[in-house]
Amino acid sequence: MQLRTDFDAIANWVQPNSSLLDLGCGDGSFLEFIRAKRDVKPYGVEITDSAVLACVQKGLNVIQQDLEGGLALFEDQSFDTVVLSQTLQTIHQTERILREVVRVGKQCVVSFPNFGHWSHRYAVALGRMPVSKSLPYEWFNTPNVRVLTIADFEALAHKLGILILGRVVLHEGIKVNLLPNLFGSLAIYRVRGA
Amino acid sequence: MSELHLSRQSYHFVEPLPLQSGSSIEQYDLVVETYGQLNADASNAVLICHALNASHHVAGIHPDNPNELGWWDNMVGPGKPVDTNRFFVIGVNNLGSCFGSTGPMSINPRTKEPYGASFPVLTVEDWVNAQARLADQMGITQFAAVMGGSLGGMQAMSWATQYPERVAHCVVIASTPKLSAQNIAFNEVARNAILSDPDFHGGDYYKHGVVPKRGLRLARMVGHITYLSDDDMAEKFGRELQRASGAPNEYRFSFDVEFAVESYLRHQGDKFSGYFDANTYLLITRALDYFDPAKNYGGDLSKALVTAKANFLVASFSTDWRFSPDRSREIVQALLKNKANVSYAEIDAPHGHDAFLLDDERYHRLIRSYFNKVAEDKCS
Repeated sequence: MQLRTDFDAIANWVQPNSSLLDLGCGDGSFLEFIRAKRDVKPYGVEITDSAVLACVQKGLNVIQQDLEGGLALFEDQSFDTVVLSQTLQTIHQTERILREVVRVGKQCVVSFPNFGHWSHRYAVALGRMPVSKSLPYEWFNTPNVRVLTIADFEALAHKLGILILGRVVLHEGIKVNLLPNLFGSLAIYRVRGA
Repeated sequence: MSELHLSRQSYHFVEPLPLQSGSSIEQYDLVVETYGQLNADASNAVLICHALNASHHVAGIHPDNPNELGWWDNMVGPGKPVDTNRFFVIGVNNLGSCFGSTGPMSINPRTKEPYGASFPVLTVEDWVNAQARLADQMGITQFAAVMGGSLGGMQAMSWATQYPERVAHCVVIASTPKLSAQNIAFNEVARNAILSDPDFHGGDYYKHGVVPKRGLRLARMVGHITYLSDDDMAEKFGRELQRASGAPNEYRFSFDVEFAVESYLRHQGDKFSGYFDANTYLLITRALDYFDPAKNYGGDLSKALVTAKANFLVASFSTDWRFSPDRSREIVQALLKNKANVSYAEIDAPHGHDAFLLDDERYHRLIRSYFNKVAEDKCS
């Protein structure tokens, strides 16, 4: 699997030799990447059998669990970094998982595809749901259950009392500074609880 | 190389073993089976700890009992998830058991009579201490892995805390950090069945030439119910009547075997009471009841596990209501609190507690993958 463009951006926020928890870690690609790059002791959480197996094959710590059920296994502020990378939009209990993420992590990195990108708006304006590199699914087979934009996320973070410490917006791996909610397809936030 | 290399041996120990109860066993034997070959630096040994009714006979077929396949033969062997082409696997019959290691049936050298009721009550920790002495005699300073299901998982966990330097990987399957009141209650019913059998004679039935078979049978029947899931029983038996083919499928209005499930339980009970020792059943169920490593730490399991240095794999089965996934999660939670290396898998399997003994593709793939990493780690 090709390294996702958000890996480097996330790695910049991770201290060497720290602890890290990746929620919805998939096959462990990011955990493997960050373990090598920052020498951290990473843990992953995943629900699907095949992903758990892939992590075990890589010798990674992985906990099989459904994120919809919260993070009861994890103590308050027990990880230096909690990563929720392109997973937020797949979870029904959005507010609950965000509260849990900032409870467990001293800092948290949350990334998601920006539905506000101009190409998505254009597709909707033409009457079809968007299919793009950042949203590669049709409406009928997408694992995404929540549709959000950069502006939406910041409003919810404010409502939940989550502090935004940093933000990087990318499009095709390139940083977007001008009108990020229009030109960015992937948003990455560094946040913490108040 | 794809032979099992099965070898059975008995080890004799003369140094008294102090027990948690305060008493001790002066001398004892442990029967062991091994599979595969110990490598030059003795780094590829895997200890398999058995559960309630099993033994040292983990894999393959021993010439002495050609009809009896090892109890975890689908897991251990050449090319199996715990691959004996790479690992030297040890199955040990625990103290107090009835398959050759010293137990209540054995002759007490002091009295020249079977121990019977005088055999000391043992704990999981005592078993682990005895296994550690066995490892000493076998020249194994550190196990690549200690692995067990159910009660065997408790032993694996205990190994990781009692001998942290001697366990590289700890594999705990369908286990629990302590029995619930419901678990103890089922054990109590089973014990009561044995204790109240007129043939029990206070545990000294050997000299009366009888066996409390009825009690043991009932104990096994009630235990067996807890090993299966409701769905599994529904699937296997449903409400099917036990009838010869062609016989009318009508009630007989009697208390003989009516339903297929009754026939099955009676069969299990009969089989079990033919080979298992009643005193051993009492002793092992009590060891289960007593297991509670957090007890000495104010109930804080993470404190009890803080000395562990092993990497852990914890696995549970979705339909196991005896030791449910929640119990395994307690273990995982404690290990996470300690920032121990731990992976946890919850396997969606219909077979209840017994699933840990069965051939399930997802389960075996997981164990195989984990042991591949153990091999990379320890058998280079």
